[in-house]
Formats: sequence, structure tokens, C-alpha cells
Amino acid sequence: MPGWMDRIAGTHTSSANLAKERLKLVLIHDRTDLTSEDVDHLKDELMQVIRKYIDIDPGEVSILVNHDGREQRLVADVPLRAGQRRRVG
Amino acid sequence: MAAKVITVTSGKGGVGKTTTTANIAVALSMDGAKVVCLDGDIGLRNLDVVMGLENRIVYDLVDVVEGRCRLRQAMIRDKQNSELYLIPAAQTRDKNAISPSDMVRLCDELRPDFDWILIDSPAGIERGFRNVIAPADIVLVVTNPEVSAVRDADRIIGLVESEEKGPARLVINRLNSSMVKRGDMLSVDDVTELLAISLIGIVPEDESVISSANRGQPVVNDTKSRAGMAFRDIARRLRGEDVPFPPMEVKDDFFKKLFRVN
Repeated sequence: MPGWMDRIAGTHTSSANLAKERLKLVLIHDRTDLTSEDVDHLKDELMQVIRKYIDIDPGEVSILVNHDGREQRLVADVPLRAGQRRRVG
Repeated sequence: MAAKVITVTSGKGGVGKTTTTANIAVALSMDGAKVVCLDGDIGLRNLDVVMGLENRIVYDLVDVVEGRCRLRQAMIRDKQNSELYLIPAAQTRDKNAISPSDMVRLCDELRPDFDWILIDSPAGIERGFRNVIAPADIVLVVTNPEVSAVRDADRIIGLVESEEKGPARLVINRLNSSMVKRGDMLSVDDVTELLAISLIGIVPEDESVISSANRGQPVVNDTKSRAGMAFRDIARRLRGEDVPFPPMEVKDDFFKKLFRVN
């Protein structure tokens, strides 16, 4: 239970907010049949492929399943390393 | 007349499908429309007791499908409203006794004589679900503002879309506004944001729903009941009226928290 300090400051997470956040994740996985491990594997394999062609920083890559209404979308954000030159040959 | 077929479904059991079906049916018949309810929950019938018609059953839906009686013989007239009928489910059979095409044929036979056909669904996503979804023109998904009910509603909404019966419309049942205000229940906005379908009704938690069902009198007949009013509003929206939703709960702000005694 949150204390009175938390209540006054509004810093505690209500059970409704917790429910909403948990459901967001559950519904993404239910709708796509993707577990979070699947997403991790997808990310690893995708990075291997990309790194064959371009130099990237694996720590900066983000792969997310976003939803817009009932539409799901896989969004990959892959920043290239600074000073990247196109490799020839 | 060419009736519209409304299927009321949910995925999860116990969220109020049967109550919703009975009350919307009564509300639709209140302005003189001809309405027939079908209990699609073969083996676990309940629409008859909620409507108070359990003592009048002679034939059921499976009897009609298997040719033991004519359609008219299985139709039970409501006690109060002469334009409202029920076709009960069989109690001693299971969902495999009928097929989706049986349900389509049955509804097509009823369509010319009615304005609305309401179908109550069994819980679950298997054969029973496919039976009741096959003839639907409009699908209503009932949920409660709870994690398990919302999750199952999402699954059902996806199935309704894949059967090309979408978009389904949402009924949020048993909303407790004081719990929402305390932050202990998902709000209407939370649920509609998660499920991303349009809302057709918000039914507040109301003890008179249970006491009315005890008497076999759907709560919509009770003019003082808030739940009854919510069901009447759903019926008006189905008829195409633009009925505003009652004002939403406001989330507590800092000052309300400050002055509330816990």
C-alpha cells in the first residue's frame, strides 16, 4: 500500500495504471504471437544482417512492436555510427 | 421487415453477456419493435431464467434445427411485451448439436418477421462462438474493467475481425466509478484505448441488476435503475440515435488527494 506521502505527492502507481501497463504488454504479445524472447532473437538476428553491410552500435538499436488503433507495427530504429563512410567493394 | 442480427459475446464467462442480451432485447422492444432472442449457449442455457420465462419452455433451438418442431412452436412470448420472443437453448445437448450454417438458416427464416434478432453467446472461442457469430450483422463485445476480461475481449475482437464481422462494438459492464476515482479500476478511457474499438455502452455496477434477475424481470424495466438507463441508451444507439455518454469520471488531482482523509 502506498503511504500518505506518496498519495499527496501523487508518486505512487495506482493499481489501475499498473493494470493498464501490464495489459498493454500482454495484448501486444497476444495479438502478434511474439514473446519478449522472440523480439530479442529477432533483434539479434536483424543486427547480424545489418552489420554485414553497415557499422552500427548494437547498444543503440531499438526494436519495438507499436500499435496504432488495432494495427500492429514493428518499428526498428538503427542509428549509424558517426563518421560512417560508404564502403566500396 | 428485415431484422438485424446482433450477437452479444465476450470471450470470458461471467462478465454479463446474458444480462446484456436480455436487457437490450427488452429495451429495443419497448418502442414497439418486434424482437426475438436466441440463446446460443447450448447445454448451459440461462437467458430463459434472466427473462423469467423458464416455466414456459416446451421446445428449444436444437428441436427446431433437428426438425422436431416448427420454428413458431419454439418461440416463447414474453410476459409483459407481446412483441418480444425467446427461443431457448437446449439444456441436455452440447454445442456440437448445431452448426454455423444451421444458425444462419434459422436467422434467415426469422428475419422477415422481426426488427431485431439478439443472440446470446457461450463463453469461449470454439464451435459455440462460430455458431453465434455466423449470422451476425452487428457484434457487441461485453467486458468488465478488469485485466482478465479485457484481455479476453481483445482476443474475441480479433476473432470477430478475422471472421469479417467487425468492427465489433464495446459494452463496458459493471463500471464502479468510485473505484475508478480512487485509481483502483481501469477507466472507460483506459479500456477503449487498450481495445481500440468504438464504445456503444457503459453500464455502471448496480445491485438492482441482481435483484431484478432474481425476480425474472430484466433491470431495464426499472426506471430508477442506473444500469437500466444505460441499457436503454444502448438500444437507442443501436436504433441510430446519437445519445451522449454520461460525463466520464475525472481522475483525482493533487488537491483532491491533499484534502482527502484516508
